Amino acid sequence: MRQVLRRVPERFLPGTRGLIGLRARLRTGDEIAYLATFAFAATIMAILVLLVFELYRSSGPTLHRFGLSFLTGRTWDPVAGEFGALPFLWGTVVTSALTLLLAVPVGLSAAIFLSEMAPPRISNALTFLIELLAAVPSVIYGLIGIFALVPFMRNVAQPALASAFGYLPIFQGPNYGVGVLTAGVILAIMVLPYIISVSREALLAVPRDQREAALALGATRWEATWRAVTPFARLGIVGSVFLALARALGETMAVTMVIGNNPKISASLFAPGYTIAAAIANEFSEATSDLHLSALIELGLVLFLLTMAINAAARLMVLATARKGTQQ
Amino acid sequence: MRTILACVLVTGVALLSGCAGSGGGKTESQVVALNGAGATFPAPIYSKWFDEYHKSHTGIQFNYQPIGSGGGIRQLLAGTVDFGASDQPMTDEQLSGAHAKVLHFPTVLGAVVPTYNIPDVSQELSFTPEALAGIMLGTIKKWNAPEIAKANPGVKLPASEIVVVHRSDGSGTTFVWTDYLSKVSPAWKSKAGAGNSINWPVGLGGKGNDGVAGLVKQTPNSIGYVELVYAIQNNMNYGRVRNASGAFVKAGLDSVTAAAASAAASIPADFRVSITNAPGAGAWPISSFTWLLVPQNIPDAAKRQAITGFLEWMLGPGQQMTQALSYAPLPDSVVAQEKQAIARIQ
Repeated sequence: MRQVLRRVPERFLPGTRGLIGLRARLRTGDEIAYLATFAFAATIMAILVLLVFELYRSSGPTLHRFGLSFLTGRTWDPVAGEFGALPFLWGTVVTSALTLLLAVPVGLSAAIFLSEMAPPRISNALTFLIELLAAVPSVIYGLIGIFALVPFMRNVAQPALASAFGYLPIFQGPNYGVGVLTAGVILAIMVLPYIISVSREALLAVPRDQREAALALGATRWEATWRAVTPFARLGIVGSVFLALARALGETMAVTMVIGNNPKISASLFAPGYTIAAAIANEFSEATSDLHLSALIELGLVLFLLTMAINAAARLMVLATARKGTQQ
Repeated sequence: MRTILACVLVTGVALLSGCAGSGGGKTESQVVALNGAGATFPAPIYSKWFDEYHKSHTGIQFNYQPIGSGGGIRQLLAGTVDFGASDQPMTDEQLSGAHAKVLHFPTVLGAVVPTYNIPDVSQELSFTPEALAGIMLGTIKKWNAPEIAKANPGVKLPASEIVVVHRSDGSGTTFVWTDYLSKVSPAWKSKAGAGNSINWPVGLGGKGNDGVAGLVKQTPNSIGYVELVYAIQNNMNYGRVRNASGAFVKAGLDSVTAAAASAAASIPADFRVSITNAPGAGAWPISSFTWLLVPQNIPDAAKRQAITGFLEWMLGPGQQMTQALSYAPLPDSVVAQEKQAIARIQ
């Protein structure tokens, strides 16, 4: 595999016959390729830096006025000009955590089934269908959420949870159907295709030897899958979770349609909540005062930093486990 | 190598910006193009008007982007559009921050109605202002509370918890609704106040009129508010509200125009006025103007003539088209007042 990869470009390298009229110092196409790819890579970096700078600059009024208390404040009152982002931060973190809690076990199991256990024909057909799910626009998920999931949560799921685990504070309080839990469920459904399809690819890329070696040592098929194949594909699986997390953190439309949009911090998962992305999308177009606009832009900055912090933490975690692991 | 690459990049950028430049703005020299942006609520009637006006005045082309009142005001102040549109008048602060003077022209009337879903009640409900404010504040918690029951004799109200539904997106609808509540309830004024987005004491947020309507339809024992136009077009039930003169009124295009007419005497010269809680006997109390925002000084003579010509037309034939789209037309007294104000555009 590696040899092939190395050889393919070589066939194209020395020739550059088709390129006429280039200056003499342009000996090979390497230089062009280097500069062009460098330019594009640099553009991405420049966009990132510009984005952060612009967010920082435009959130000047609230940064100056509230400082760090913007992160700890619990009141969001555009009329009185008081802005605290904690309820939005809370909502974003809780919904994303719920999403992963629900989606990772299901997604990973499905990926293992598709790559290791299902007959190839069924596996390919199912994978095709699952990948179709990833292309459904989020507003459609939101509509499904409102018309199918919300009544189900209100009439079936939440009463059942309340009667079974009602002693836990997270399953107490009024049951509206819309709320943090419903948002977590709809997000979990939305990110499942990412987890399944990327994890499946990672599992399929595990060399046959790995499986065969485990089986030869007397492992059962499940033991071989769980102890030899899955750890080998760990990086790809973690990557799929990152992708899912990124989508959950930034998802706007479907979340705002089912979360209840109320910036309050509540212990109950049945209670309405609010996420950063939903708040920005909801209030941006009609934010008339400078302070309100600045507060929304600072929310964007906070979301960016939150995403960066979570990604960094997850990456560190991967590094730590990779060092402990033996396969990589 | 570097220079070639630079050349390529520069040409690319130039091409791109060239394309972007020719995409919008002035096209041919004879056509006067006017760009506007702002409120979404009047967007259907505005696009109808601009379309009709263009048919009779082919040399004038209006482009209107319904991006929201806040965005409209912002773009007007930044000078990126020729006119703005807003569901709430600009504040003194915004006007003093503007480089040029801005005039307000009311175009049509909008109204907001309370809509509810109580599974056991089929009759039309009536609300006192105190009851509405109490429900929205969360101090009235159950449907059979005496404040609600008193206004609805003969209706068997359930003892269930009221679920309040409000707009989650910033909206002129919310402004009109909360502006009304602030006028009728001192408690609301001090705890929540009036605005496009506010700090709601209780309730669930739905995005847009459809979001609120969807949540109300889905949630038993809920109450929310939507635009009258939306309620009419979707055949929704909405309640009566007691107005300032003590009558329980049903919202409709007539009662909305009546609200503006009864407030006409106290309309200031700059038209920046809230007509919620209007005094007339037949007035729907939760009504509001929506405004076009036009700079007072328009140096380009062609554009100035186009705008003044359109405003004249809008106040005449334009008003005839409003009811077909479920907008309440301006009362004659306001039309007369506005016609004089057009002369201020120079």
